[in-house]
Amino acid sequence: MSEPIVAYSAFSLRRIGAMVQRYYYLMRSSWPRLLELIYWPMVQMLMWGFLQSYVDQNASFFARAGGTFIGAVLLWDILFRGQLGFSVSFLEEMWARNMGNLMMSPLRPLEFVAALMVMSIVRLAIGMVPVTLVALWLFNFNLYGLGFALAAFFANLIFTSWAVGILVSGLILRNGMGAEGLAWTIMFLLLPLTCVYYPVSIFPDWLQTVAWALPPTYVFEGMRALLIEHVFRADLMLKALALNLVYFAISVVVFLKLLDAARRHGSLIQTGE
Amino acid sequence: MTKDVAAIAADRLVKIYKGGTAVDGVSFSLPQGSITGLLGGNGAGKTTTIAMIMGLVMPTSGQVSVLGVDMARQRHRVLHRMNFESPYVDMPMRLTVRQNLRVFGNLYGVADVEERVRDLAEQLDLVEFLDRPTGKLSAGQKTRVSLAKSLLNRPEILLLDEPTASLDPDTADWVRTHLENYRRARGATILLASHNMAEVERLCERVIMMKRGKIEDDDTPERLLERYGRETLEDVFLDIARGRGEAREAAQ
Repeated sequence: MSEPIVAYSAFSLRRIGAMVQRYYYLMRSSWPRLLELIYWPMVQMLMWGFLQSYVDQNASFFARAGGTFIGAVLLWDILFRGQLGFSVSFLEEMWARNMGNLMMSPLRPLEFVAALMVMSIVRLAIGMVPVTLVALWLFNFNLYGLGFALAAFFANLIFTSWAVGILVSGLILRNGMGAEGLAWTIMFLLLPLTCVYYPVSIFPDWLQTVAWALPPTYVFEGMRALLIEHVFRADLMLKALALNLVYFAISVVVFLKLLDAARRHGSLIQTGE
Repeated sequence: MTKDVAAIAADRLVKIYKGGTAVDGVSFSLPQGSITGLLGGNGAGKTTTIAMIMGLVMPTSGQVSVLGVDMARQRHRVLHRMNFESPYVDMPMRLTVRQNLRVFGNLYGVADVEERVRDLAEQLDLVEFLDRPTGKLSAGQKTRVSLAKSLLNRPEILLLDEPTASLDPDTADWVRTHLENYRRARGATILLASHNMAEVERLCERVIMMKRGKIEDDDTPERLLERYGRETLEDVFLDIARGRGEAREAAQ
């Protein structure tokens, strides 16, 4: 028998690239998939943008300060759409009954996760860039004007979205499509707890402890500090990053454990409900 | 890897699900370059056995190795030398045939993907469908695409689960001929799960008969026919499925 034409490698950028290529082909083949990426962020931004305009004309300085509503909604969308971008790419494989092909291929679980992370950013960029430009044009809110702070906000929010996306994907692998609803709803649990639209200080003490255990809370507090007090709170960003690293590592470990459990329970060959 | 190492070796494989025992102490060893049929009725444990060989399902106990690699723990060391085809797993429907083969070619690390896709398209009569979405193809055309995917990396081990299910006799015969040619040219090991006895009789040099998670019999088609005193493997299969083999052995 001649030598095999391919070689084993522990981590392959080519395999990650192959998965990204697969999702690129998929998006290119379906304009509704692309439209959907922009539709909800645009609707949200318009609704909150007009509300902000109304508040600007009628409310006190603090309520008006610096576009906190529209800033919050754009940052919330980075968090939510980042997770959705990750989870939907994963679900595409379940819907296509392609998971068996992938799991039987040399693609390693962490390469698959890396490809989903790349796709999360690609989908986010397709959805968010036009929306931020419309926000600039309609409401004179320049998200990019946040400069370095935006990079810190983005990095922390996308890390959280990946951690949640990885966890949800593991649960779907283990429990089948019956757990699909989690992909669409789990992030909304964080919406009230991470203080997207109000400061942490309005919570009772015990709930503040819960809020401060969640990295996005630091980002939204940091955004308010920047827009209202014009102060960049690096301390908040560093705490968020530390928490994110812990949650991300936990989510990867849990994902690998759930994948093992799926292999023990035979869930990978029964990818239905 | 030397020829002495078994292509596939299952050693007292057991798989117990909550609903019961799917595979119960299955052992066999397939030499490299062999072609073997895995036969059994519904619920006999064929699919679970193949899934354990692929490493998609972990055995409750026992061990399975492919080319000497333990599939429960080190499957990624050998997955690039294997491939599979099954009607129960789809190729992404919205992607064209070419896009699908390109993606899987890259996943399997094939050296010149475009050339390999062209070669396979010619061999499997897929040239005119290459730029058509996979979901728009007929069942027979989809099977040929799945077969092309399973041959992309020129696998040394090929696992086939019902490779000709839902195909018309002409296409099925064509697929069998292609598999025979591939095995001859590449010296590959093929394990074939099928309900089609004529297919197994034509392709396989060895048949493993399963029933209720156990191996009921394991021999060449000729010896099975002789032992059961039957004209066709289908009659042997029915004897085993209905327990007539046990009755005959008890009488003897």
